[in-house]
Amino acid sequence: MIRHVINITDLSRDEIDRILDRAAELEPIAHRGSSNILSGRILATLFYEPSTRTRLSFDAAMKRLGGDVIDFGPIESSSIAKGENLADTISVISGYADAIVLRHPKEGAARMASEFSSVPVINAGDGAGQHPTQTLLDLYTIRKESHLSNVKIALVGDLRYGRTVHSLAHALSLYNARIYLVSPDQLQMPDSIKGDLINSGTRITETTDIDDIIDVVDVLYLTRIQKERFPDPGEYQMVAGSYRITNETLRNVKDDLIIMHPLPRAGEIDCEVDASKHAIYFKQSFYGVPVRMAILSMVME
Amino acid sequence: MKQEEIGLRVRRIKHGTVIDHIAAGQALNVLRILGITDRSNEVVSVVMNVSDRKKDIVKIEDRELKPEEVDKIALISPDATINIIRDYEVVAKHRVILPSQIEGVVRCMNPNCITNTDEPVRPRFVIHRNDAVELHCVYCGRVISERIADFLI
Ligand SMILES: [Zn+2]
Repeated sequence: MIRHVINITDLSRDEIDRILDRAAELEPIAHRGSSNILSGRILATLFYEPSTRTRLSFDAAMKRLGGDVIDFGPIESSSIAKGENLADTISVISGYADAIVLRHPKEGAARMASEFSSVPVINAGDGAGQHPTQTLLDLYTIRKESHLSNVKIALVGDLRYGRTVHSLAHALSLYNARIYLVSPDQLQMPDSIKGDLINSGTRITETTDIDDIIDVVDVLYLTRIQKERFPDPGEYQMVAGSYRITNETLRNVKDDLIIMHPLPRAGEIDCEVDASKHAIYFKQSFYGVPVRMAILSMVME
Repeated sequence: MKQEEIGLRVRRIKHGTVIDHIAAGQALNVLRILGITDRSNEVVSVVMNVSDRKKDIVKIEDRELKPEEVDKIALISPDATINIIRDYEVVAKHRVILPSQIEGVVRCMNPNCITNTDEPVRPRFVIHRNDAVELHCVYCGRVISERIADFLI
């Protein structure tokens, strides 16, 4: 029984495996199916900053399970606009709903909310902090479309500020992954996270050149390189260009390579790649639905 | 200088607590952690940079500090010792023990942390001791490992 889902590092490998197993069971329902697994249950989605895709994915997941979703509508008209704090809002809403999905700009908001809530809280992103359901859907995608144990995976792009890759790297360390860190010098993975990975026995290799590793990996996980990270627009163009994936880049890759991206993309993957068998980023996005169905059913059943 | 001579710098106390072996220069931070201010009633003596700048000493009269009060001192001064005095005699002596968690003593250094907002939540840290003391924010995960005294509330 899982109560709150706040931080991926709160979950053991066994708990993660159980969530992924449940997601696999529910996947047929996620494809145009329906069920009454959570009928009569109410999910509150509290989004203090916009993230349309994550919210829709939770909505879809809850509705495929036969449950209902409530939210607080436009922020301007709600009590938040009147200055109510998060703790009070959570205390009130947890009286209305059977679980709460929270997205909030402050780091640690979900942890605090879980202390004030009488129902399970699921973290849908807190500032630059955690976004555990994204990590779980990434793991599900790797397991389904490639393999998790001993996977050779390249994390590419902004490894410094990208929370998605930090959480994913931590989770992969539970699966004896071989991790290649590919980024420009100024966007390298922070030492603290590299230290955690090394301490967990994970083998990591760092490089700035994607061509060094692209032919040996099973998974290519790309992230967005944001213009704001570069003081000089010319430098951004050059760096971003050197990480752009085209059919040409993929000439000698493993036959079963999969390419992942948390989306939205900003030119990291040329549209011509979308038709290739390696491109699974849209499937990855879809897998958010069965994974969120699994989490919702496990916290509310 | 021998221990007895050092004691003479400040008169012996009849009842109370003597905190000895405080890291040099940290005595005022110790008072801060203990919540002793200019508005407190205790009679407090502070000796700084004793024994060739090796340590500070704090004496608090007529108050016997409980271990859970003083262990927080270990954050900034892990070698401090606590002496409980009754009738000029040391009746109990122990070293501070670093607690595994602290709440409400140090603020999180992450300006975007939920504990640095108006929310009704007190900063809380899990303490790890590797080479140095590390405070891990329970909420945002940020780690304080240096200059902990700068973050005292
Ligand atoms: Zn914090």
